[in-house]
Amino acid sequence: MTKEKFLYVTYIRSTQEKVWDALINPAVTQLYWNHHNVSDWKPGSVWNHQRCDGSGKIDITGKVLETSPPHRLVISWADPDDTSRFSRVTFEIEPTNQGVKLTVTHDELEAGSSMLRGISRGWPMVLSSLKTLLETGNAIDLSKF
Amino acid sequence: MDAVFKALADDGRRRLLDRLHTRNGQTLNELCEAMNMSRQAVAKHLGILENANLIVTQKRGREKLHYLNPVPINDIAERWIGKYERTRLAALSALKQALEGDRND
Repeated sequence: MTKEKFLYVTYIRSTQEKVWDALINPAVTQLYWNHHNVSDWKPGSVWNHQRCDGSGKIDITGKVLETSPPHRLVISWADPDDTSRFSRVTFEIEPTNQGVKLTVTHDELEAGSSMLRGISRGWPMVLSSLKTLLETGNAIDLSKF
Repeated sequence: MDAVFKALADDGRRRLLDRLHTRNGQTLNELCEAMNMSRQAVAKHLGILENANLIVTQKRGREKLHYLNPVPINDIAERWIGKYERTRLAALSALKQALEGDRND
């Protein structure tokens, strides 16, 4: 089975600590991602990407594979209805002259899968929304997508 | 944002992005195939795209792989598209694509 990889980069006028917090703090992920990212963020722990519309429905689940705050977070990523097929997401936060560079690497994706189609539309929107939130205080309302 | 518009204002560079959109993570040699351009010209175009953050590169052994990064294009779209227009615009794009075929120009 062919595995695909995607790389996304955004430059954000913010600090490593704020970007890190925006990845793991459900009160912040709600603002730009329309979901709560819930975990204790310890290596081996489960993390869930949970709707915040009151239904509590989990749309993505996985495990924390590696954590090195505020530089690097690696998580596995699966549809909760099919946890036999995991992909992997790596967040890297590096300082730059004017803020930080956030790189999201999504790999181990099955070619042609519906997950691949979903994430390749999703990540650019999520990262634009995160950038807008941290730079202006207003996020993009992803619930309208 | 100027760098993004300048990078996109060239047919050859848009074709390079199309190639990566079709298959992500290609080497310079792969991208040179069927481009009707010198290797040097392709490398220069890739440099302009990388400076505009429209492509991201990563080393794999001795090779350098190029990945399409659509985030700056999404940032531009977000600047002018209102939140209530998104669904209707997506429907219009899908309709146009269905009627005209998958044209990229």
